Amino acid sequence: MKNELLKYLRTDILPTEFCSGCGCGTVLNIFCHVVDELKINPDDIIMVTGIGCSSWIPSPYFSADTLHTTHGRAIAFATGVKVMKPDKHVIVIAGDGDLAGIGGNHLIHAARRNIGLTVFLVNNYIYGMTGGQVSPTTPSNVPTTTTPYGNTEPAFKIAELVSAAGASYVARWTTYQVFHLKKAMKDAILNKGFSFIEICSQCPTSYGKRVGMREGIDQLKDFRDNSIDLKKTAGMKDEELENKFIVGKFAERNRTEFTENLRNINRKFDEVPV
Amino acid sequence: MTRENYLSKLKNRTLFIQGDEAAAYGALYAGCNFFAGYPITPASEVAELMAKELPKVDGYYIQMEDEIASIGAMIGAAWSGGKSMTATSGPGFSLMQENIGYACMTETPCVIVNVQRSGPSTGQATLAAQGDMLQARWGTHGDHEMIALSPSSVQESFDLMLEAFNLSEKYRNPVIFLLDGEVGHIREKVVFPDINEVNIHPRNISKEKVDVFGGMRIPPMIEFGQGHRIHVTGSTHKSNGMRDVVSQEAHDKLIRRLNDKIESNRDEISKYELHFTDDMEYLVVSYGASARPSMGAVLKLREKGYKVGFLRLITIWPFSSTIVKELGKKVKNIFVPEMNLGQISREIERFVSCAVHPVSKIGGVAHTINEIVYEIESEVKKY
Repeated sequence: MKNELLKYLRTDILPTEFCSGCGCGTVLNIFCHVVDELKINPDDIIMVTGIGCSSWIPSPYFSADTLHTTHGRAIAFATGVKVMKPDKHVIVIAGDGDLAGIGGNHLIHAARRNIGLTVFLVNNYIYGMTGGQVSPTTPSNVPTTTTPYGNTEPAFKIAELVSAAGASYVARWTTYQVFHLKKAMKDAILNKGFSFIEICSQCPTSYGKRVGMREGIDQLKDFRDNSIDLKKTAGMKDEELENKFIVGKFAERNRTEFTENLRNINRKFDEVPV
Repeated sequence: MTRENYLSKLKNRTLFIQGDEAAAYGALYAGCNFFAGYPITPASEVAELMAKELPKVDGYYIQMEDEIASIGAMIGAAWSGGKSMTATSGPGFSLMQENIGYACMTETPCVIVNVQRSGPSTGQATLAAQGDMLQARWGTHGDHEMIALSPSSVQESFDLMLEAFNLSEKYRNPVIFLLDGEVGHIREKVVFPDINEVNIHPRNISKEKVDVFGGMRIPPMIEFGQGHRIHVTGSTHKSNGMRDVVSQEAHDKLIRRLNDKIESNRDEISKYELHFTDDMEYLVVSYGASARPSMGAVLKLREKGYKVGFLRLITIWPFSSTIVKELGKKVKNIFVPEMNLGQISREIERFVSCAVHPVSKIGGVAHTINEIVYEIESEVKKY
């Protein structure tokens, strides 16, 4: 039997190159369901990605126009695409190193502008493709190839950061909560302004094995056992929330969208008599 | 307002403006409808004029968070139907280098203005230089060819910008527009042409699904959003755009084609101006701002009886090696006034066997005519 969703993939290059147990396949799977259930024609989607494992989720596997950019710059490139193609769904899928590390500045400025991009940041807590170096989201004390004595830095709370920067939709879910994640992805795509989901994902190859979770399933169990609903965190102390995955919707705001503001300026000149 | 209405108002008008502004007007004539930039002296006037005028032609100006974002947005816009441009100076140009390579690799037409100032680093932010001539050629990593143009006057800044857009479309390559702080900030007269008399090279866009990255030396583009589901990547790719990052043959084929499409058209792209080269014994080669006192020096030296010819380079890259080789055979010495420590002078040496003398001046102050005359005369008198 042929899977109905295969029509969304570039099937000639399957299987994917993701490691056994990787969460990227789950994200791709849910994304295909979302496109299918929203009845979006992939011809109306432009995928923009950066460098790293998570950027391979859409590129090359998802069958749509795809701009695979330089490291960290997906949102910057996508900004130009959205300005010229405001009626298309311009969707960025990339990783924590790409979007929150080298590309962090573009992320917060796009959120501030509220440009109508949809950004799915797949957070696997590590630079996976390059072999397991510390990333801006690696928790403190975790040993990596470049923090052999333990990570001396605290991790970025990315969903909170993007929310503070002004994005009109922000959520965090893990690859364990697939139905919540699917619903959130739909909301993000349908929201007109800057929409952002931090997707906590497993990387047994480069991260899990360093924290005692050698199989993908081990990290999924961790997501299951240690996720906590944002609504239940009120009044909780930082120590209580350590090593927890705070999931839920962080922001939903009504703000005017950036490219719409640009077009409003241009419309003023339509009225000028020649 | 339509672009036609906007440009019809400019037709045959004469303005007294800066070189930066003339470059921006040239871009508007060329059909530029997307500008992403970041403020920097001495290039901000390009952005300011684009911010004011682009909405009038239904184009878009956006100020990005840095120069890396600016060139990224510009490349994204180019694949989405935009005629794209950005403008910066040395520090920003340095930041853009990675994505200039991306534009070469993905064969994205776009124009990058560099209004050069003294470097390295922050250098003399408000003062002019020509220190990025080789950076324009070799700034990004890997084997690549580059097209770069350098105007010497405000009118030429306008005229040459049309050429910059046309070359970027024709060859599907980024074009570097090498202004300098002198020509960028000087005010001179510019006469605007009738848009109907201006040659605009249209983008070669295929409506059908074709290979966008091979199959011919300069393949057509496909615009995003047309249903062809194209794949654009800075990784080594096959002619259909799909990655092939391990095969020696794939990389060799792609990169040689990208180089050939410029190299094999070197003479066609190369633009220059010749004066007094029929009877010359000595040759002066210059470009951009330093071409202006150079021309003055040539005239003064000829008054004194020295048979000096002048070559003004307009296209900097690909280098006008054919004419330089030919002229180099006719003279004893070549003098190269430039506002750097001999960047183009060194390039000229590769193509001639006569002596090449850099006439360098740095520090943000242009050569005077007498300085160039003195340097040339004292060298010539040795013989």
